Amino acid sequence: MSVLFTDDHEWISVDGDVATVGITDYALQQLGDLVFIEVPEAGRTVMQGEEAAVVESVKAASEVYAPVAGDVVDGNGAIADDPAAVSGDTGGDGWFFKIKMSEPSQLDGLKNEAEYKAYVDGLD
Amino acid sequence: MSDLHKTPLDALHRELGAKMVPFAGYDMPVQYPAGILKEHLHTREGAALFDVSHMGQAFLKGENAIEAFETLVPGDYQVMAEGKTRYTVLLNDQGGILDDLMATRIEGGLYLVVNAACKDQDFAHIEAGTAGKADLQILTDRALLALQGPKAGDVLARLAPDTEDMKFMNFRVVSIQGIECFVTRSGYTGEDGFEISVPSDQAEDFAKLLLGQPEVEAAGLGSRDSLRLEAGLCLYGHDITTETTPIEADLKWVVNKRRREQGGFPGYDILMSQLNDGTERLRVGILPEGRAPAREGTEVQDTDGNTIGTITSGGFGPSVGGPVAMGYVQTAFAEPGTPVNLIVRGKALAAKVVKMPFTDKSYKT
Repeated sequence: MSVLFTDDHEWISVDGDVATVGITDYALQQLGDLVFIEVPEAGRTVMQGEEAAVVESVKAASEVYAPVAGDVVDGNGAIADDPAAVSGDTGGDGWFFKIKMSEPSQLDGLKNEAEYKAYVDGLD
Repeated sequence: MSDLHKTPLDALHRELGAKMVPFAGYDMPVQYPAGILKEHLHTREGAALFDVSHMGQAFLKGENAIEAFETLVPGDYQVMAEGKTRYTVLLNDQGGILDDLMATRIEGGLYLVVNAACKDQDFAHIEAGTAGKADLQILTDRALLALQGPKAGDVLARLAPDTEDMKFMNFRVVSIQGIECFVTRSGYTGEDGFEISVPSDQAEDFAKLLLGQPEVEAAGLGSRDSLRLEAGLCLYGHDITTETTPIEADLKWVVNKRRREQGGFPGYDILMSQLNDGTERLRVGILPEGRAPAREGTEVQDTDGNTIGTITSGGFGPSVGGPVAMGYVQTAFAEPGTPVNLIVRGKALAAKVVKMPFTDKSYKT
């Protein structure tokens, strides 16, 4: 299982042809207190870069984009009910949705952990 | 970023770990490490210190200062005793709101506090409108702090016993540890509290004195916004603008009795016809039924899908524990209890018109 990252601060944990997607610690820090999360329902088809979920903090709404194209196979209803349960931990319960990838080669354009860390260090 | 103004508390904000953002031309703390939710809830339970030094302060003095000021606003300042504060609005000729402000009667005139984003225009407008009748003295050497929350009264009384018997919208000049403070029992959070003007060069010492009290925590503009929204208070530039009149904004109480009879302020005919005949739209509270916040700009529809209004402020209310909003709807839909739909990300979410505030006010009256 490998973990990759996007420039928009999503993490993607890949297991076979299924990608589990969440948001990173950096994203969580930037957002502050989360108050509402909308996750996609199973069966929805998403394009790479398409808005797939919404995170609302006290101040503002932010989009979570699909890092790869495919069919949504699961949305995490638990975080929709309890936004505080989200953590940036890639192995934890705070994932947003799972996608059965239609074009796994899209993973090649994503960052590995070291590349993402260097990218975040260069921000702000 | 270098052209942003800094308040006299800038170094203290950074020392406290504030997240700074540009706001109305100033580099301001939006939140501290505790976060907006905790700062909000602490303000409702204890006492929070906000830096509002970006707001404009001025004296309007002169023998005819009150009469001159009344040509610009619909409030009755002639009936007020010295040491009383009243919320009012600067109006344009259409009865639209140029800004909202606090004006206090002091010896020889008025003490004014206006919004940061409008202060240059406000002061130019006041100066032009009162020329030859009063002198506007802009106070550029004073900071402004807001101490807000149910324990604010205890905290300030400990430092300045003189303030203990002050009531909501009372003003007093008080010396606190040798610092000359203009203290108004007011604020914009829906809580009891004070706005305290202090000389800029003593602002940091004074802020540290307050933050050293066990009840007091620093709070930023983020929680100030969610607090005022829950309290049903308008934010200038959003809930009230030059395109809205105080009658449409459900602020008809700012047009005081004598002024309704005598007039003499901009937009008088328009406001009187709106007072007598009603308006086509009205500012109301709107409570979404689900968990999703409806932000500014959200379309409001009736249950048949017709557009009837727009949200002007909306978000999550930490004390309410869910989303809250305010906006304008056609007057036929303004009755509390009216069901409406909010179009959030293309979906119609159920909501209803409600009375504001969303939380109880705790002013000391």
